[in-house]
Amino acid sequence: MKVPISWLKDYVDILLSVTELAERLTLAGLEVSGIEYLGIEGASLPWDRDRIVVAHILAVRPHPNADRLVLADVDYGAGQVETVVTGAPNLFPYLGKDIRHLNLKSPFALEGALLFDGHKDDGSKMVLRGRAVRGIMNRHMLCSEKELGISDDHTGILILDADAPTGMPLADVLGTAILDIELTPSMARCASIIGVAREVAALTGQRVRYPDYTNLPLEGPSLSERVVIKTENAPLNPRFCAALIEGIQIGPSPYWMQLRLRLAGMRPINNVVDVSNYVMLEVGQPNHAFDYDALRARADRYAGSGQPIQIITRLAREGERIQTLDGVERVLQPFTMLVTDPAGPLSIGGIMGGAESEVHAGTRNILLEAAAWDFINIRRSVQAYGLNSEAAYRFSRGVHPAQAWFGALRAAQLIQRLAGGVIARDIIDYYPAPPPAITVDLPLAEVRRILGVDLPPQEVRRILEALEFQVDEPEKDVLYVTAPDHRMDIGADVVGRADLIEEIARVYGYDRFPNTQIEDVMPPQRDNLALLHEELIRDLLVEAGLQEVMTYRLTSPQREALLCPPGATLDKRPYVTIANPINPERTVMRHSLLAGILDVLAQNLRQRERVVVFELGPVFLPSSEGSELPDEVPALCIVLAGQREPVVWQGSDTRLMDFFDLKGIIEALLEGLHVSRPTFQPADNPTYYPGRTANVLVDNETVGVFGQLHPLVQEAFDLPRQVPVLAAEIDLRCLETHIPSHFTVRPLPRFPVVRQDIALVVDENIPAQQVEAAIMQAGGRLLAGVRLFDVYRGAQIGSGKKSLAYTLTFSAEDRTLTDQEVARVQARIVRSLESSLGAQLRG
Amino acid sequence: MSDSPESIEILDRLAAEALAELEKASDSQALERWHTTYLGRKGKVTLSVRRVGELPKEERPVFGQRANQLKQRLEAAYEERVQLVKAQEIEKALVEGAIDVTLPGRPVLRGRLHPSTQTLRRILQIWADMGFQVYRSRDVETDEYNFQLLNFPPYHPAREMQDTFYTTQPDVLLRTHTSPGQIHAMREYCPQPIRVVLPGMCYRYEQITARSEIQFHQVEGLAVGYNIRFTDLKGTLTDFAQRMFGAGRKTRFRASYFPFTEPSAEMDVECILCNGKGCRLCKYTGWLEILGCGMVHPTVLQNGGYNPNRYSGYAFGMGVERIAMLRYGIEDIRYFWSNDLRFLEQF
Ligand SMILES: [Zn+2]
Repeated sequence: MKVPISWLKDYVDILLSVTELAERLTLAGLEVSGIEYLGIEGASLPWDRDRIVVAHILAVRPHPNADRLVLADVDYGAGQVETVVTGAPNLFPYLGKDIRHLNLKSPFALEGALLFDGHKDDGSKMVLRGRAVRGIMNRHMLCSEKELGISDDHTGILILDADAPTGMPLADVLGTAILDIELTPSMARCASIIGVAREVAALTGQRVRYPDYTNLPLEGPSLSERVVIKTENAPLNPRFCAALIEGIQIGPSPYWMQLRLRLAGMRPINNVVDVSNYVMLEVGQPNHAFDYDALRARADRYAGSGQPIQIITRLAREGERIQTLDGVERVLQPFTMLVTDPAGPLSIGGIMGGAESEVHAGTRNILLEAAAWDFINIRRSVQAYGLNSEAAYRFSRGVHPAQAWFGALRAAQLIQRLAGGVIARDIIDYYPAPPPAITVDLPLAEVRRILGVDLPPQEVRRILEALEFQVDEPEKDVLYVTAPDHRMDIGADVVGRADLIEEIARVYGYDRFPNTQIEDVMPPQRDNLALLHEELIRDLLVEAGLQEVMTYRLTSPQREALLCPPGATLDKRPYVTIANPINPERTVMRHSLLAGILDVLAQNLRQRERVVVFELGPVFLPSSEGSELPDEVPALCIVLAGQREPVVWQGSDTRLMDFFDLKGIIEALLEGLHVSRPTFQPADNPTYYPGRTANVLVDNETVGVFGQLHPLVQEAFDLPRQVPVLAAEIDLRCLETHIPSHFTVRPLPRFPVVRQDIALVVDENIPAQQVEAAIMQAGGRLLAGVRLFDVYRGAQIGSGKKSLAYTLTFSAEDRTLTDQEVARVQARIVRSLESSLGAQLRG
Repeated sequence: MSDSPESIEILDRLAAEALAELEKASDSQALERWHTTYLGRKGKVTLSVRRVGELPKEERPVFGQRANQLKQRLEAAYEERVQLVKAQEIEKALVEGAIDVTLPGRPVLRGRLHPSTQTLRRILQIWADMGFQVYRSRDVETDEYNFQLLNFPPYHPAREMQDTFYTTQPDVLLRTHTSPGQIHAMREYCPQPIRVVLPGMCYRYEQITARSEIQFHQVEGLAVGYNIRFTDLKGTLTDFAQRMFGAGRKTRFRASYFPFTEPSAEMDVECILCNGKGCRLCKYTGWLEILGCGMVHPTVLQNGGYNPNRYSGYAFGMGVERIAMLRYGIEDIRYFWSNDLRFLEQF
C-alpha cells in the first residue's frame, strides 16, 4: 500500500525522518519495501525551494506577435508582478478576463530552476534559461505536471487549488515521500492512511487526530421514508449504512485530492467517485455510490411509483446474472452476497457495482452505501470471479463493521463539500448483527511465560493503550483488555492472549528482548534411520565417483511414457495429477526417477564425453493401502554413459562404459551397505536392452533393475545412438529392510595365505555367478576367496564354451596350510564342478 | 737370496696393471668385470696368490705377506672406485630424470553431492548439535494438514501468501511448506517435549524464473516444551546464523505474520556481501531475509495435542536454495534443477 507521508501527517505528528519511520514500521511488521519521493530530496527532481514556488495568475493577456501564445501576469510573492509567455491551452479561456478573484494558482519556475524537459519523453532535464519568445523576453515559466515530474501530462500548466499560499515553495505544498508498505493479512486494519497513522502513533508515542465527522449539515428530506434496507443474511452482511445526497454537481475533484489519489495509486475520475475512493483509502471503509434516480426508476417500474425503494442484501439465486460496471455480464455463484432490489441484483456486495445504477456525468442524486461483509465469503467470491478491486482487497481481508458508519459519514461530508447538494437528514444505520466486543484476560505471568522476560506492568499497559485497547486491571497483575472497534484480529481466551502478547512484543520492539538458551528439558533423542541410510548411500556413490543431481518431482505422463518403447505395455498406474499445472511438462508427480535423469544426461552429453550421475528421492505411487494420498517411495537412479575416463596426456581408458561399469558401482554400493551378498538374474524390462539387463536381489528379494537402455528408449530421449547408456533403478524402501543395523569384521589371517589359479571350461550358457557359487560351496571353510580374472573364448577350447580363470585364496584360522591340503581342496572343487556343471580343468 | 725375487716382481706388475685398469672402469658393469678379472675366484690376483705353493719355502712368507697387502689394496681401491662411480651414476640419473612438473596431474574422477544436499546437511548438522533431530513427512498432503490445522481456514486471506498446486483429488495438494510436519510430529510425540527439524521439498504455483521455482527445499524447526520462550527463539536462531553465516554476523528480528505462529518474526542477517553497508544483493538495505519464525500459535499446539496453557513452543522455517544462493553467490535459482554439470562440479 502506498502511503504519502504528507497525507499521513493529517492524522499524526511525525517527528522521525522518513527513513527512521520506515525502519520503525518495518521492524514492527509493516514492511516498507520502498520509498518514493516527490519534489523533495530523494526525488529524481527535487524542486528548488527558491526557484519553484506558488504563483497567483493575476491576468492573461494576448501575445502581441502570436495567436497561440499568451502573456500571464503573475504574483509569486516577491512583491512584484512578473510576466511570462506561455502556450498552455488551459489559460486561453481566461484571456482578457478579470480573474484576480478566481485565485488561479500555478507552480512557477524562476530562471535557473532545474526541470524535466516537457518536450522530451526520455526523462531528460533542463535548466530554465531566459530567452525571447516571439519578441518578448521570457525568463520564467509556469509548469506542467510533466515538467515537475508529477505525471506525463504536458497538455497545460498545472492549476493548483485556490488556497495554495502564493510564494510558498512548491516542495512545501506538494512535496512528499511515499512509503510502499507490504501488508501481511494480519495487518488488514492498516490498509488505510488512518490505519497506518494508528500504528505510527502507537510506535512513536503520538496521538491520532481523527477527521471530524460531527456537525454534518443534515438538511434534506428524510431518507428512511424513501429507502428501506433489509438483509436476508445478517452473518454475511452484518451492517448496511446509507446516506442520500441530493442536488449534487458532478465535476472534477480538487487538485489536492486528485494528487493524493494518484500518489496512492488510483486514478481520479470525478468528485463523487474520487470521494468514494478517497474515503476508502483514508478510513479503510470501501463504499459505493448508486445513482439514486436509477434506483427510483427501477422501483417505480417494479412496484409502482411512490413506493419506497426496497434494498435487500441476499445470496445470489440460481442462474442470476448482473452486468458489473466494468461492462462484463457475470453469472453469479450461489455463495455470493448481492445488493438487490425486488427487480434484481444492483451490485455484487462489497466487490463491484452494477452498470445500471452507476454514477454518470448527469447524476444529481446519490445513494451512498457503506456496508460490512464477511471477509471469508467475500474472498471466495473474489476468487470465483477473478475480480480484484481495491474494495474487494480490503473487504476480503476484513473491515470491522464499526467502520461502516464512519465511512458513510465521511463520504457524505466530503461529497457535500466537493459536489454540493444536501444530505438527507437521517443516515440509515441498519445493523442487524453487531459483533460482540472482545475482551481478553491477560495475566502478566502469561506475557512472561511466552516472551521470557518481565516487562514492567506500566509498559504493557502503555503499549496496549497506545494501540487503543481499553485496559482494566480488576485484580493485581491481570489485565482485562478490550479490543478497539477497528480490529478483527483479536481472538478469545488463549488465542486472544497470544494476539495481545504479539502486539506487546511488536510495539516494545523485538530487538529489545535478550537472547537466551533453551532451559527446558531435552526431549528423548531419536535417530532417523531412513535418513541415515539415504545419506550413507549418497556418500557411497560419491566415493564411487558419481555426481548427485536433483530433478523436478513433477513431470508429465507423456515424458514417462517414453520409457516404454512402442509395443511394450505402458505403466498404467494412476498418477497424482495436478489440477492447476503451471506448464504442460509438469502435470503429475513422477512414478520414476529415470525420465528426469535421462533428460539431465541428454543435456550434459551435448557438452562432454562422460556423465556419471545419480539421483535419490521419492517417487509417487498409488497407495498400497487405499489412501487418497500416494505412497512416497524413496528410490535411487544411477545413469552412466560415455568414456570410462576423460582423455588426458598421460593416456587413459577412453573405451565407452558398459554394463559392467554400472554393475561394479552397484556391487560397491551394496558392499558398502553391508547387505548380504547380492545375486543377479537376467531380467526382462521394456525400458532396457534385452540380454543386457539384470535384476539385483538381496536375500532373494529383488531390490532393483539395471542394465543398458533399450535403443528405442535411448532414441526417444535424444541420446546419441552410438553411446550405450547404462541405468539402474533401485527401490530404497525395499533395499533398506536388508541393511543391517551393524556388522562385524573378520579377523586378519594369522597364517600365510595360499593363492592358486585355475581355469575352468564350461558351457557358454552357464552363468559365471553359478560357477562361482559352486566353487565357493565345494571349497568349504578353507577357501577364503574367489576372484575371476579372465574370461576366454576361442578355438583352443571349442565353440559354445568359455574358459573362466579364477584366483583362489586358501587359508586356515589355526595353521599354515600344507601343499597337500590345498591340492586336496582344489581337486575337490574341480571334481565337484565337473559333476555339477560339466566343467573341465583347462590344462 | 735376491732383493727382489721374480715372484714379487710379477705381483708388483700385476698390481700396477690392475690399478691402471680400475681407473678405466667408469660404470657399474665395467667395475663388476674388473672385479671378476682380478679379484674373482678365478681372477688374476687370486690365481697369483694361489701360486705361493710353487715357490721356494724361504720366499713364501714374504710373498704371502706381499700378496695379502696387494689384495687389500686392490679391494680398497675397488670400493673407493665403486662409490665414486655410483655417485656419478646417481648424479647422471638425477639430471636425466628431470620432468616438467607443470604438466597437469592425472585427474581423479571425484563425485560430488548436489549443492542443495550440501547446504541441507550443513543446516541439519548445526541443528543436530543443538539437539534437534530430523523428522520428515510427505510431499503430497491434505488441505487439512497443509493449511487448516496450521490455522489457515478455507478462503482465509493468509492462503494468498502461498500459491498452491492442487491435485485432481479434492483436498489433496502439494505441500507449500514443511509445516504440516509440525502437526505430524506433535501428534506422534505428544505429550513428550519436541525438538525436531523438518527438511523437505515444497511446491509453489509460481512462474519459473531466475528468482522463483515451483519446487524448493525448506527446513522447518519445531521446539515444544513446558518452558520455551520468545527469548530462546531469538537466542537459538542467532546462534544458528552465526554458525551458518560466520561468527559476529549481526541479526535482526522484525515482526511478521504467519498463521501458525504468534508472535511471528522474520530474521534478517547482515548482508554477507557488503557487511551491512548496502549493495545490490541486499537491495541496499544492508540486510538479507533468511528465515521466518515465531512462537507456535496456541491453536496449532492444540491441534497437535498440546495444551497451550501449559506448553509453549517455537518454530522457524528457511529456504535451503535461498541460503545456498546467498552463500555461493548463485544468481539464478533455476541452476538447481537444471543439473548442468558445469554448475554442479563447482561444489
Ligand atoms: Zn549487501
